[in-house]
Amino acid sequence: MLVFMRKNIILAIIILILGAGVAFFVYKTEPGLNKNFDNQSAFFKKFPFRLGLDLSGGSHLIYKADLSAVASGEVKDSMDALRDVIERRVNFFGVSEPVVQVQHSSAISGAGEQLIVDLPGVTDVKQAIEMIGQTPVLEFKTENPDAVDQIAKASVDASGVVSSADVKDLPSPFISSELTGRYLKRAVLEFDQNTREPKVGLQFDETGTKLFAQITKDNIGKQVAIYLDGAPISAPVVREEIPNGQAQISGNFTPAEAKLLVGRLNSGALPVPISLLSTQTIGATLGASAVHAGVKAAIIGFILVVLFLILWYRLPGLVASVALLIFIAIILALFKLMPVTLTAAGIAGFIISIGIAVDANVLIFARIKEELASGKNVSDAIHQGFSRAWLSIRDSNISSFITAIILFWFGTSLIKGFALTLGMGVIVSLFSAITVTRIFLYALGFTGEGKVIKFLFGSGISK
Amino acid sequence: MFIIKHKKIFIGISATLVLISLISLFTFGLHVGIDFKGGALVEVVYNDTRPAQTDLKQPIEDLGFGSVLVQPTGDLGYIIKTKDLTDAEHKSLLEILAQGNPDALTELSFNSIGPSVGHELARKAILAIILVVLVIICFIAFAFRKVSRPVSSWKYGLIAITALMHDVIIPVGIFVALSRFYGAELDTLFVVAILTILGLSVSDTIVIFDRIRENLRSQSSAGKFNFSEIVGKSLEQSFVRSISTALTVILVLLALFFFGPSTTRYFALMMTTGMFFGTYSSIFLASPLLVLAEEWQNKE
Repeated sequence: MLVFMRKNIILAIIILILGAGVAFFVYKTEPGLNKNFDNQSAFFKKFPFRLGLDLSGGSHLIYKADLSAVASGEVKDSMDALRDVIERRVNFFGVSEPVVQVQHSSAISGAGEQLIVDLPGVTDVKQAIEMIGQTPVLEFKTENPDAVDQIAKASVDASGVVSSADVKDLPSPFISSELTGRYLKRAVLEFDQNTREPKVGLQFDETGTKLFAQITKDNIGKQVAIYLDGAPISAPVVREEIPNGQAQISGNFTPAEAKLLVGRLNSGALPVPISLLSTQTIGATLGASAVHAGVKAAIIGFILVVLFLILWYRLPGLVASVALLIFIAIILALFKLMPVTLTAAGIAGFIISIGIAVDANVLIFARIKEELASGKNVSDAIHQGFSRAWLSIRDSNISSFITAIILFWFGTSLIKGFALTLGMGVIVSLFSAITVTRIFLYALGFTGEGKVIKFLFGSGISK
Repeated sequence: MFIIKHKKIFIGISATLVLISLISLFTFGLHVGIDFKGGALVEVVYNDTRPAQTDLKQPIEDLGFGSVLVQPTGDLGYIIKTKDLTDAEHKSLLEILAQGNPDALTELSFNSIGPSVGHELARKAILAIILVVLVIICFIAFAFRKVSRPVSSWKYGLIAITALMHDVIIPVGIFVALSRFYGAELDTLFVVAILTILGLSVSDTIVIFDRIRENLRSQSSAGKFNFSEIVGKSLEQSFVRSISTALTVILVLLALFFFGPSTTRYFALMMTTGMFFGTYSSIFLASPLLVLAEEWQNKE
């Protein structure tokens, strides 16, 4: 018995020290709580809470990618390339911690391939959309043999007169080739040596060079059209095969236009066209007041739970309150370390988890009280209480945990935030409410049957 | 036990509340938010004075966005709801709101959701609800696989699910009232609230049924056997604990409702009612129904 108690005292002290260490970490890494936060070591600056857009302010954009021209096997590659390009663009404009992610279509979501762009701190949605760009989609097209035939036919049918209405019904004079801006290595601004006219020089990457060589070889004496954003900008006639992967676009540019085009092409020509599906912008003030309110609600909620625990369950309630403090320190540290992106819904999930975290304690204490009532001594009652309450604790946590998993699986970023904080709360609370509370109660080492001890372990309005 | 003795009254109260909730849901319906149907929501706040609602309404309608809703918010703000807006449409709306002075107001938030995104989310939400319900039914079936006498295990499961529907339908009824009188909208958080209530309140019913099962086992070995007495005794043993576990969650939810961010206010209120009726149903509905089921069984 004495060895058992000593072991638990040591364990309890270790848990208290570790808990205090975790709490200290949370405290030191929070800019708002330290007066000279800027002066402390770099380690502590690395772990702020990561706030979602609804709390930090910023823009959330959802784009739909038009993949009609992409073979189904290459969808993933194209989307990844698209993400890389948008990411480069956004980074180029100096947005801190942007998140650009691809949401693939699936049987569950039903929708097509989407690109989700989160821009913290960018509250001017016009600026944000411009940043993503009037996207240059660069395409190389070859002559459409059908179109040539049909134009010829049309001329015969209409006895030599081709009206403009007829032309509109004709197939496009050019058909897409495999060569697109995706295979572009870089673009440079050049000037024609004779006319001083600005030109855009293109250098293809390895695959692009091969494709371009093939296209020029197959189309000697024919036109190859260069389309930008779906409009033809030039259609030079190929004179010979070009094996070195270099091409030029000349299209009556002003020097400024040509320079802009070079910049846009270099920051990455989009492999596929995209269109904006939805936008969401939250001003910084609205976010800050939500954070403030969330913190206030969490503190008040915590105080209410602690008051209830101590008033109703007395000494075990006090122990459970200490365990709850450790629970909060661990959860907050995990939020910082993982890191979890906190949203208003995520804070709600965390606050609810404070209430759920003590559920296991309530189940255990109710059992301890029953065991005491049946005449057992305090020490035996504590042991029995813990072991008998386990089944109920397991059952009641399984269902909340399963719900959190399903919410996370299906959710948008908003639901995910809630599901993640709630699910983490359920798991960590099993440790704090059962293991920590048990070690503390054992370490306190109550063995007697005195009135004071019976009172301390009683509950509610009973004596 | 008092509750078992007057079980028909308590079952009646629950049935009445569920009925009122369902009738109001089908009579008044719910405002569907832009999360699910698509649309735009602009929130602005004016620095000094805000223009009269009537002065804004006509010029905004002249923009041709279809039906537009202009709601005052706070002392100096407006919330404008329209169809989903393109970048250019958003700009022209802001120009109208600024009334020639762009510095007079700040745009707090702008949210435009295309109809396809909304429908996708609605699809996901429905799938999530179906999946949670299926998993919970499996969980109940698993938890009661060994109970068979005197009431068979599928009846425990059926009653647990009945209690669960009760726990969800009443908060929905409250939400219908919020929707009607305060303009609350069916949005993503509404669905999250329903799913979380499902997850949390089923456990409470199961914990009480667990206790009944435990007492049945010890009593049947002792020879005497009165089902309604055992249920009553189990309730007596567990209702304080059942209320306590719900109370801690309700305490934090009330803190969230009164002090938390405005975005989660209706969510907190719905969750609070859900937790309250979740506990009410496991004490005053599920166990009385169990006794009722046993009585009917004996009559046959």
